[in-house]
Amino acid sequence: MRTLIFRTTAPYLASLMVLFSIFVLLRGHNEPGGGFIGGLIAASAFAIYGIACGVSPVRRALYFHPMAISGFGLLLAASSGVVSLFERVPFLTGLWTTINIFGLPVDVSTVLFFDIGVYLVVVGSITSIALALEEREHG
Amino acid sequence: MAADGQWVTFLALILPFLGAAFAPLLTRILGHNAAWLLALTPAFIFFHFAGFLPGIAAGDAVGGGYAWIESLNVDFSWYLDGLSLTFALLISGIGTLIVLYAGGYLKGHPHQGRFFSFILMFMGAMQGLVVADSFLMLFVFWELTSITSFLLIGFDHSREAARRAALQALIVTGAGGLALLAGLLVIASATGVNSLSALLQVGDGLREAPLYLAALLLVLGGAFTKSAQFPFHFWLPNAMEAPTPVSAYLHSATMVKAGVYLVMRLNPVMGDTVLWETILPVFGGTTLIVGTLLALRQTDLKLMLAYTTVASLGLLVMLTGFGSEIAVEAAVLYLVAHSMFKGALFMVAGIIDHETGTRDITKLGGIGRAMPITFAAALLAAFSMGGLGPFFGFLAKEEIYAGLGFGSSWSMLLTLVALVGNALMFAIGFAVALKPFTGSFVTTPKTPHEGSVLLWLGPTILAIDGLLTAVFSDLSHRFVSSPMASAVAGERVPVSISVIPHIGLPLFLSLLTVALGIVCYIMIDRGRAAMAGLLSAIGWGPDAGFDQFVRGTIRLSAAVTGIVQNGRLDIYMTATFIALAAALLVPMIGFGELPAAPVFTPLHFYEWTVLVIAVIGLGAVVYARDRLTAIVSLGIQGFAVALLFMLLGAPDLSFTQFMVETLSVVILALVMTRLRLSPSDHRPTGQKVLDFSVAALCGAALGLLLLRITQVTFDPALSEFFAEHSRVIAHGRNIVNVIIVDFRGLDTLGEIAVVMITGLAILALVRIRAGKPADKASTGG
Repeated sequence: MRTLIFRTTAPYLASLMVLFSIFVLLRGHNEPGGGFIGGLIAASAFAIYGIACGVSPVRRALYFHPMAISGFGLLLAASSGVVSLFERVPFLTGLWTTINIFGLPVDVSTVLFFDIGVYLVVVGSITSIALALEEREHG
Repeated sequence: MAADGQWVTFLALILPFLGAAFAPLLTRILGHNAAWLLALTPAFIFFHFAGFLPGIAAGDAVGGGYAWIESLNVDFSWYLDGLSLTFALLISGIGTLIVLYAGGYLKGHPHQGRFFSFILMFMGAMQGLVVADSFLMLFVFWELTSITSFLLIGFDHSREAARRAALQALIVTGAGGLALLAGLLVIASATGVNSLSALLQVGDGLREAPLYLAALLLVLGGAFTKSAQFPFHFWLPNAMEAPTPVSAYLHSATMVKAGVYLVMRLNPVMGDTVLWETILPVFGGTTLIVGTLLALRQTDLKLMLAYTTVASLGLLVMLTGFGSEIAVEAAVLYLVAHSMFKGALFMVAGIIDHETGTRDITKLGGIGRAMPITFAAALLAAFSMGGLGPFFGFLAKEEIYAGLGFGSSWSMLLTLVALVGNALMFAIGFAVALKPFTGSFVTTPKTPHEGSVLLWLGPTILAIDGLLTAVFSDLSHRFVSSPMASAVAGERVPVSISVIPHIGLPLFLSLLTVALGIVCYIMIDRGRAAMAGLLSAIGWGPDAGFDQFVRGTIRLSAAVTGIVQNGRLDIYMTATFIALAAALLVPMIGFGELPAAPVFTPLHFYEWTVLVIAVIGLGAVVYARDRLTAIVSLGIQGFAVALLFMLLGAPDLSFTQFMVETLSVVILALVMTRLRLSPSDHRPTGQKVLDFSVAALCGAALGLLLLRITQVTFDPALSEFFAEHSRVIAHGRNIVNVIIVDFRGLDTLGEIAVVMITGLAILALVRIRAGKPADKASTGG
């Protein structure tokens, strides 16, 4: 499967897919998309990268162990639910606020961080399965 | 009561656990002298609870607590009346002495700090158990006593006997705990209350409830296992593997009395029925006789005492279940007396073991001169145990005979049982307290000498208490016996018996007991030989039965596992899919809910195209020559379905389907390359037919289900709710996503946890397959 064309294009394809996955993740609240789909897209990106160029470049690029990313995602999702306790509303109640980034009003919410958590869990788990399977016995 | 008083009681309840946390550190700094400091914990609790005595004696009951989980109506609450207060005082009072005693007994032991920690934790659990008001708290502390006693019995965990005894105690009392939980739930559903104080107000409600029998049997299952009633008595003597302070504390004064406490606590609401007054005396009486006879058989001082404890517990249960007020008074008096004399005697046995190196009664003699204080304490305690005046045990015995009486053949039988049991206990008590100390000196492994002050302080105080409480019986009745008896009987019962003997039947029976006891004492060696012969003739007991039960359970589960989990993936898959088909089809056919023939609307040409692609993909899967082609063809079919979702207006679903299909194909292909299977599929024809039938059945079932669902009138309530609210309260226009991350966020949280756990499991499987060392997993990043 490691043809020259595939090896050359795979990194670009993967980066584009990861970028797209983040786009899908962020727009998910209003348009089709969300953390789960975004996570699947990013996971396929890493799987493609791994098939084309081998597992070690992917692991280097990810820097963290995919399972650690997954764990962080779960922690993030759970903690975004805990924030609501400080407002004395039930666990996981969505809280919204608007902040200005370079003069643009941006809605920020605990729900967004929850969705990012979902994204990270899906990316981390599926990537780690895919990479583990791609690794040869010696790798 | 005032709020600040609540605070102190709460502190008293958690203080033992705090003490347990600091005990190892203190012991490391102070050595065995940490006992003096740690004993302040139970002492504080004792004096705090003693402060309630005047109020309780006046007939009040003190409740208190905090709301714990309001939405479930669960409180952290306590209830103090005569019964729980007496127990609390016994636990903290004897607990103080036991901590001191353990300081001397385990002096220099490398894990003394751990021991202090365990015993304080146990004390906290027991304290909580007897003062608990809400059912949940009662159950939690009940189980906590089982767990901490497991730790204490198995303290010497390098010995197999200790481990077995600990496990046995945990299994027996833990199983009883589950019965208790079920019983409490039954009581709660029958009466609608979930606290003891409220239950005591119910009156006849529980007795007349249709679930009374179930509640009774379940609760007694808990009480009888905890209080070592025949045939569950076997764990208690085995628990003598524990260090002696544990035996003196758990197996005389406290834990084993938890069952008696429960029975006494429920007597006002569950007692006074034919069942209650039959089951309790029968089991209690049997336990009394079996316990004393088995005690006769033993030569180990601790085991002799352990079996008499079993017998005493039987006596208590029998008296509580007898049903007369005087019998209740007798139970109360005997419980208090027993806690004092049995605690003292256990500690004496421990001192003898500690200072001579043996506790075999046939290898001991004449050490009284070397250990005068211990001897004195042992004698005083034995006087109380034998029911001689002027000790507290005398009051108890008089009351037992007065309570049982000679009114009917039933009470005559029970009186006879009590008479025999008491006489044997008299003999064994004096055998423990006299034989090792008197007679000619027998050489022991260590040269006997008096133990340190930490050792003899506890038994001496307890033994003298047995005298003082009887001499000043007015005071002990006013503050302890009468309030407790009133709480057990459910009405005011003043106890008035004093040490001055009254001429009458009880006194005559007492004298008869003593006379019989002396005869037994003289003939104890012959009795022991006779019992040994009898037991070896029977050859089987509940203890061996327990082992058989455990072995049988293990064998059964191994057999079941062998059938259910045979390790062949294809069988698992077949079973799963057959179950799926059955779950879908059986209810549909059984309830006559098969769909009507569907009405087809004409399809657009592009819809036809997609369908044809799906069918071609399916055909390719079936006719593919090698596995890899089949997997990719499965992807074609999946993409076609995703396209259909898109055409029918479900972009989110379609999007996800595309990604899932892609990843499934990639991952399945990767798995295939790793598994080194033969590239094509060689199934025998029979297997192919079976697999095809299962697949066809599942497909048909799912298709029928979908058809049926679309034919049900659509209920738009949920769709309308989400459409209306997702923009307004959740700030999102994409309803699917809003449901996932906001309305049903908790579900999603659970799902991503599952995703991650699955990932971990697969990772582990892949690594096992690859034969890598496990530690590489952490260095993978």
